[in-house]
Amino acid sequence: MRVRVDRTVCVGAGMCVLTAPEVFDQDPEDGRVVLSEPVPPPALRTRVEQAADVCPSGAITITD
Amino acid sequence: MTEHTTRPTPLPTQRPTPFDPPVELARLRGEDPVSRLAYPDGHTGWLVTGHAQVRQVLADPRFSTRNEIRHDPSPGTDVTAPPRPAPRGMFLSHDPPEHTRYRRLLTGQFTVRRMRRLTARVEEITEEHLDRMEHQGPPLDLVEAYASPVPALVIGELLGVPEGDVDRFQRTVAAVSRVDSSREDKMAAFVAMQDFLKRLVDDKRAEPTDDLLGGLVAGGELEEDELTNIAFLLLGAGLDTTANMIGLGAFHLLTHPEQAEALRDEPDSGPRVVEELLRYLSIVPHTLRTALEDLELGGHRIRAGETVTVSIAAADRDPKVFPEPNTVDPHRSAGGHLAFGHGIHQCLGQQLARVEMRVALPALLTRFPTLRMAVPESEVPTREDMAIYGVHRLPVTWGSGSG
Repeated sequence: MRVRVDRTVCVGAGMCVLTAPEVFDQDPEDGRVVLSEPVPPPALRTRVEQAADVCPSGAITITD
Repeated sequence: MTEHTTRPTPLPTQRPTPFDPPVELARLRGEDPVSRLAYPDGHTGWLVTGHAQVRQVLADPRFSTRNEIRHDPSPGTDVTAPPRPAPRGMFLSHDPPEHTRYRRLLTGQFTVRRMRRLTARVEEITEEHLDRMEHQGPPLDLVEAYASPVPALVIGELLGVPEGDVDRFQRTVAAVSRVDSSREDKMAAFVAMQDFLKRLVDDKRAEPTDDLLGGLVAGGELEEDELTNIAFLLLGAGLDTTANMIGLGAFHLLTHPEQAEALRDEPDSGPRVVEELLRYLSIVPHTLRTALEDLELGGHRIRAGETVTVSIAAADRDPKVFPEPNTVDPHRSAGGHLAFGHGIHQCLGQQLARVEMRVALPALLTRFPTLRMAVPESEVPTREDMAIYGVHRLPVTWGSGSG
């Protein structure tokens, strides 16, 4: 599993950090997404998929 | 694709219980999650009641949030007053690129980490108010003693409203958000609020402070009217919403003692209970969007200029996403609820709201193990008439007396 984030569409709602804090973080300056784990372990798949699903601006994509 | 499937109906508003949305919404959702809606000003638009379709509308940039092109579905709407464009800085009612510019100046202030760092301060504020309640003694109105003042102090402090001014500010907010007050009273409240905030901005310009508004002033990117309007938006959004979630959430827990008991016994369940209450109560029952071009939604052709009322309350009870939607189940995964909206306008302060609710509700139940309603459920005045749902008052008592 590989994760990509698009900071240009991110609105800094923080849903990804709430859902999968091991993988996503927020830039302390502008609040936008920071990817701390671009290739998360399989055990985190469900929560990473949830994070992508609840992201209000569709900033997260998952490729296999 | 169909143009008109059913006769347009007005927005359903009759709630069967203080905690449930109008039954009619579920019926409409079952029939067709996108239906025709008759607006009080004569406009025929749409009502969206399905979770998937509500998400779709809120994520689609072809739908605008601009005031001046929308129609209000609320029965009490003053149809003689044409809607005006939102002033600069009121970015909840702006589309990109204006919205993007303002939101980006603020998102760094509301991150998950930053809000969690406020937990200790929120705990102090709640403890102070619980102390005061104990000192005052039962019975009392929980809205006035706890649910309203706690979020007011928190958002006030975050922005930099001096503590001595918060009471006056809160009264002004209440006056502005009353749906049933006269147009003159509303205007007067609005002007009073603007004056208050304009002075606050001026004070911060004269004497820089280390808070959100002080930071925006020092940043130098915004002019005075923008600063005043942003402050107006953030303070308004931070008060009524959280206050009503705490008030209505407490009302629900006190009338379902087994749930209050579970939260007391299992403090770790707090975040899940809060998330489930957010879904179940969805205190912002609906929000509005207007189509900027012709488009297709749920098999219907939406025309440019038609206003779509998206029912958050109905979407969050959609059985396709939440099995047994009318049951409060803290064990369910309520993730994906739309209580904070969806799309680029999703609530900026949601992480602050979560911290406040996660602290305030368990702390209340723990401090007063015998807390209970002081009046029958049917006598609690609900905010049917308000843009944000909740309770006007919540008389509670505790201890061994009958209160």
